[in-house]
Amino acid sequence: MLSRVAERVYWMARYVERAENTARMVTAFHLLALDMPKLVQLSWKGLVEVTGNDELFDNHYQREDERNCVKFLLADADNPSSVLNSLRAARENVRTTRDLVPSEAWEVMNELYLFARDEIDQGIGKRGRFEFLSSIIQRCQTLTGLLAGTMSHDAAYDFIRLGRNLERADMGTRQVDVGALKLLKKNNDDPEPYEGLLWTSILRSESGFQMYRQHVKRRINGVDVVRFLLQDKAFPRSVTHALTQVQDALESLPNNEVPLRLVIQARRHAMNASVDELLAEDGLHDFVDRLQQDIADIHGANAETWFLAAPAQAA
Amino acid sequence: MAFDWKQYDPKPFYDELIAKPGKPRKPAKPLTDYLSSLDDTEIQSRKAAADSAILEMGISFTVYTEGENIDRAWPFDIIPRVITKTEWERVTRGLEQRLTALNMFINDIYNKQQIFKDKIIPRYVLKQSKNFREQCVGITPPHGVWAHICGTDLVRDGKGDFYVLEDNLRVPSGVSYMLENRQVTKRVFPELFESSSILPVDEYPTQLFDMLASISPRPQDYPEIAVLTPGIYNSAYFEHSFLAQRMGAELVEGADLVVGDDDCVYMRTIDGLERVDVIYRRIDDEFLDPEVFNPDSMLGVPGLMRAWRKGNVGLANAPGAGVADDKVMYAYVPEVIRYYLDEEPVLPNVPTYLCVNDKDREYVLDHLDELVVKPANESGGYGMLVGPHATKKQRAEFAQLIQKDPRNYIAQPTLDLSVAPTLCGDDIEPRHLDLRPFILQGVRTDVTAGGLTRVAMRKGSLVVNSSQGGGSKDTWIVDEEN
Repeated sequence: MLSRVAERVYWMARYVERAENTARMVTAFHLLALDMPKLVQLSWKGLVEVTGNDELFDNHYQREDERNCVKFLLADADNPSSVLNSLRAARENVRTTRDLVPSEAWEVMNELYLFARDEIDQGIGKRGRFEFLSSIIQRCQTLTGLLAGTMSHDAAYDFIRLGRNLERADMGTRQVDVGALKLLKKNNDDPEPYEGLLWTSILRSESGFQMYRQHVKRRINGVDVVRFLLQDKAFPRSVTHALTQVQDALESLPNNEVPLRLVIQARRHAMNASVDELLAEDGLHDFVDRLQQDIADIHGANAETWFLAAPAQAA
Repeated sequence: MAFDWKQYDPKPFYDELIAKPGKPRKPAKPLTDYLSSLDDTEIQSRKAAADSAILEMGISFTVYTEGENIDRAWPFDIIPRVITKTEWERVTRGLEQRLTALNMFINDIYNKQQIFKDKIIPRYVLKQSKNFREQCVGITPPHGVWAHICGTDLVRDGKGDFYVLEDNLRVPSGVSYMLENRQVTKRVFPELFESSSILPVDEYPTQLFDMLASISPRPQDYPEIAVLTPGIYNSAYFEHSFLAQRMGAELVEGADLVVGDDDCVYMRTIDGLERVDVIYRRIDDEFLDPEVFNPDSMLGVPGLMRAWRKGNVGLANAPGAGVADDKVMYAYVPEVIRYYLDEEPVLPNVPTYLCVNDKDREYVLDHLDELVVKPANESGGYGMLVGPHATKKQRAEFAQLIQKDPRNYIAQPTLDLSVAPTLCGDDIEPRHLDLRPFILQGVRTDVTAGGLTRVAMRKGSLVVNSSQGGGSKDTWIVDEEN
């Protein structure tokens, strides 16, 4: 398989996952906002911070209100990670690997992008938002399912799994990092009563609320939620599970020594963390920083090992 | 209300489907009957179905001037064009004859140059040709074939006779649209395929693969074939990926390939380097190899020409094949056929005036309002003057251009291009069209059943290029005996 093609399917998977994650996050927060008493102000900007693009946001917008934040996350042309830009990039990557991916997958991807492009205003406005985002999530899932069900599980598919799960792990760490309290505006006197609601929302961003209830069975609290999202082995969107999947995909690829070593290390870091201590000692942020660096290193090693930028020795 | 063919009058042009108002040509009758059995709403819903099929299948092309919008849905007219099998067999013979002679001609140009020694063609024609490649002198590619894939543009005149308008021997495009047009028609008018016996077109990718395999330097192995594309910003990118997919070949860009110290071509894969045997290149000569041609080219592969000259890789079309695709060389093709094959051309050329000849130039300058003037080396309909439709100012500009560089211009009479019924808004109206069949030559020669019909969607317009607002039609070769 061509290095360039490997790179493109990998990014395709990352972008689709990114679009889906962003759509889930905005949906959860949208629903939360409807639940909150009028006096408690939510910080939509907190969502922008999750994606790590807050500086970019500050350069383009004066007001950190709901409309601007949602527009930035879904549609902004200058935000490379907006849902629309992610889907456009994913589509470009499928379009340029059409010789490889099943043609139904291309058709679904193409329709998904066209849908997002034509209906994006529904997502920015309040009224059509839930329906629009649900449709985006559903179509992303259709694509994922179609690839799983119709594409040979060969190297190309391994690169897709690799991209998807690395992106998922990355998003998971970000959700944990921002945590509940940053989603409230600082001028709220006492955030405590709402903490439970906020953690619930974070679980919903990762579609983890129901699974958390089934497996944790305790009232929603910061320590358990962070532990669940970081370390649960069975929940498919937890960081540990995503890294296990990355490891699994890496195992069947050629020349995999370096990336494989790095992912095993990262997974161990995630598993071994003592969440109550990190929260008690205010160490969570630094810990997540290191974990994100691990994830970035895995990506770097992937690129170095398989993608086109790597210098190839002529025979 | 259903369409009444009595209200359709193609005069003064030859119409592909309708002989005169109310009288369809025989092979087209099942089609025209069927169309008039549909009411307006049904026709529009077929049209909408075709449009959405095209959008969903992602059949697209690129218009360079549209900036960000890099792929645009393929413009398609749902009413097919019909040609009889008997007539097509004669055209096929003519196309095979023409490409065989052209390949002998190109091989002669790069080797003995006998045709110039025998004074059939003046030597200056070669000297001034932009597409002659010195780097190819002395080479004879496998089977003596240089132009493996040829897209010849045919037009019909007012009497309905086919003429060759130009030979595209470099990197002709459009064949994927021919294939996709048929897919769309099958979705939209499945009933029609029962009442008429329409020759299938979908053998092309297999024939293309076999032809490419036949020029592999390692015939004993299963050859590794790659389609070399300039990338997603090229107007024909859709076609490159389409053909690679249908052939099961690798779609590569220049950066994917590397020429080793052993002068063989390799592609960069996740397992390391793998040898490539044949490259169907869809980038122009000048960008193929920065070591030999344009040193700034980012699209090509350094050392590719070295590998090809040593016979370590097959290139289709061979570099330098475009030498016979020059619009001045074109004027000599009937002579070329007689010289190499000792046969009369089956398909005639359009009469052509060479501005480099004093007499021809004088005539051209005096009759600019009747002629089509074309630069010798442009494609895609860019930089041409359609005399009767041009303003006085445009004609004056062209007169200057011709006098400044007479070698670069040829002129042809404006042909009364044939028309065919085309859905324009709510109505069916005659529109001008041409036809591009594709010819493959390796060990053997294959011609597509029909080809890509391109339509000038604007009323009265003769410009059919998709980059200039042209559309396309499915082309049916109909076997009347079955």
